[in-house]
Amino acid sequence: MTKEEILARGGSKVNARPSLLLDATMHYCPGCSHGVVHKLVAEVIEELGMTDSAIGIAPVGCAVFAYNYIDIDWIEAAHGRAPAVATAAARLNPDAMVFTYQGDGDLAAIGTCETIHACNRGENITIIFINNGIYGMTGGQMAPTTLEGMKTSTTPYGRRADLNGYPLNITNLVKELDGTCYVTRQTVHTPAAVRKAKAAIRQAFINTREKRGTSFVEIVSTCNSGWKMSPADANKWMEEHMFAKYPPGEIKNTVKDQK
Amino acid sequence: MKGNEAIAHAAIRYGVDGYFGYPITPQSEVLETLEELRPWETTGMVVLQSESEVAAINMVYGGASTGKAVMTSSSSPGVSLMQEGISYIAAGQLPTLIINVMRGGPGLGTIQPSQSDYFQAVKGGGHGDYRLIVLAPASVQDMADYVGLGFDLAFKYRTPAMLLSDGIVGQMMEKVVLPPFRPRRTDAEIAKQCPWAVTGKRGRKERNVSTTLELESRTMEENNRRLQAVYDEIERNEVRFEQYMTDDADYLFVAFGCMSRICKKSIEQARSRGIKVGLLRPITLWPFPTGAIADLSKRVKGILVAEMNAGQMVEDVRLAAEGRTPVAHFGRNGGIVPNPGEVVESLVSQFSIKE
Repeated sequence: MTKEEILARGGSKVNARPSLLLDATMHYCPGCSHGVVHKLVAEVIEELGMTDSAIGIAPVGCAVFAYNYIDIDWIEAAHGRAPAVATAAARLNPDAMVFTYQGDGDLAAIGTCETIHACNRGENITIIFINNGIYGMTGGQMAPTTLEGMKTSTTPYGRRADLNGYPLNITNLVKELDGTCYVTRQTVHTPAAVRKAKAAIRQAFINTREKRGTSFVEIVSTCNSGWKMSPADANKWMEEHMFAKYPPGEIKNTVKDQK
Repeated sequence: MKGNEAIAHAAIRYGVDGYFGYPITPQSEVLETLEELRPWETTGMVVLQSESEVAAINMVYGGASTGKAVMTSSSSPGVSLMQEGISYIAAGQLPTLIINVMRGGPGLGTIQPSQSDYFQAVKGGGHGDYRLIVLAPASVQDMADYVGLGFDLAFKYRTPAMLLSDGIVGQMMEKVVLPPFRPRRTDAEIAKQCPWAVTGKRGRKERNVSTTLELESRTMEENNRRLQAVYDEIERNEVRFEQYMTDDADYLFVAFGCMSRICKKSIEQARSRGIKVGLLRPITLWPFPTGAIADLSKRVKGILVAEMNAGQMVEDVRLAAEGRTPVAHFGRNGGIVPNPGEVVESLVSQFSIKE
């Protein structure tokens, strides 16, 4: 059935490609969470009328080419330094809505220092944090957020706390900082979760526009390629294992007036 | 005032949009002076003490990507930390000013002055084929003047510029005439001057992207060729140097920064003993005054390169002289500042000058 036929039968359009999503073939693996989150970011920017003011800061990692997919101005940062890049972009351009889009290796390993200090200064930026517990781009190495026992190419027998340290819950860390106004952990593995994640990104971008401090949106994600699972199994594994360490939900919200 | 303070005043007066830096001796007065002057209340200049030099240079990268005139300053160990970011800034063709008030290394080294970061500044301290325009101030007046000159050149060629200063020029106090005030550029002026600037689309049809990534090798080679073409143009147009008493000189000193000041005194002492010495002081360390040194090498009996390091610029002088005349090196390092007499004795002994 075509779209026209469906609409002629009295149906209503419930989903469409956001106009800011460029007509480019994404390099993400089938089943990866990045595509869904990109779509949400594009939708929210469009709906909030921020197309002309948005500046995205892309990371090094799987999302390095985010600038090829969303039709806004972008800066591609060095590995881990997106919050420092965003700090200057936001301070020098107070009318811009500056956000970073980073993975767990970028944000919570090499970029921990920049992340903590940007959040602690309360920079007027949004940080979108894709946590899939693994380095996707370089081929599945251990990330700071890799769970204990989880097998990666650099922990082939499973992560051991005595050898590799503990999984880092950086979102709980930034919650404690006075500079953050909004800290939330979301996921995009079900339609309901996608709707919640979109509301969280929307809240964050509004906070940035209103200069309320740093908003931090973690998206617990799957990397079915790196985890060596089918997309469906990866979703199930995430619910059963990742959520125990990284439970979805609102963590801190000093702004209750925007929903 | 101090050289470091002159930099802060000159930056505000030039209309710089942002300074990002981390304290390190012997240049902390740059940040301290800016914080004391509070330019955000007058010109609107942003001043931020970052959490590290790594963060500072990436703030510079981010700010420069938006077309703003941004700068940082540090000293040797801190500048080492910045090298990855400097490579990105060069690759991104972002006009910026980076100031290195050198101290003695290697390692944590000493807080005393040195010139041992010449290689790092001039040969490209970070990864990849890139160049910095490197200006070497020798006085507090130069510190004030070269801030504007550095930014002018950086914006003219869309490339980072560096002031390679040292702990003497940074800390010493001299009289200085500060440049006149000029307003910061408006957003409209920035959009006109920097159509590539990442500002948010602001009604533009095409998005602007500041990136240094290119996985397609042919395109990446083209990117490199584009950079090299800019560097060629800079080498043709922007060589700057000062000549002092070279007209009748039998011997030549080549020295930059504070060492050139010491050499002027050495020339006075040598000439009082009947030894005719002159000085060539490179103002731009890159592009290097190769042609001027080549010309002088045809008519002097020898060249002594005096540096506060173990022998760095001497390599470029040898390349310029191409064996036409002997080139020797005099160096002190580790933070030791030589006196003029040491330089004269080195000249006399290395070239076996009979008096």
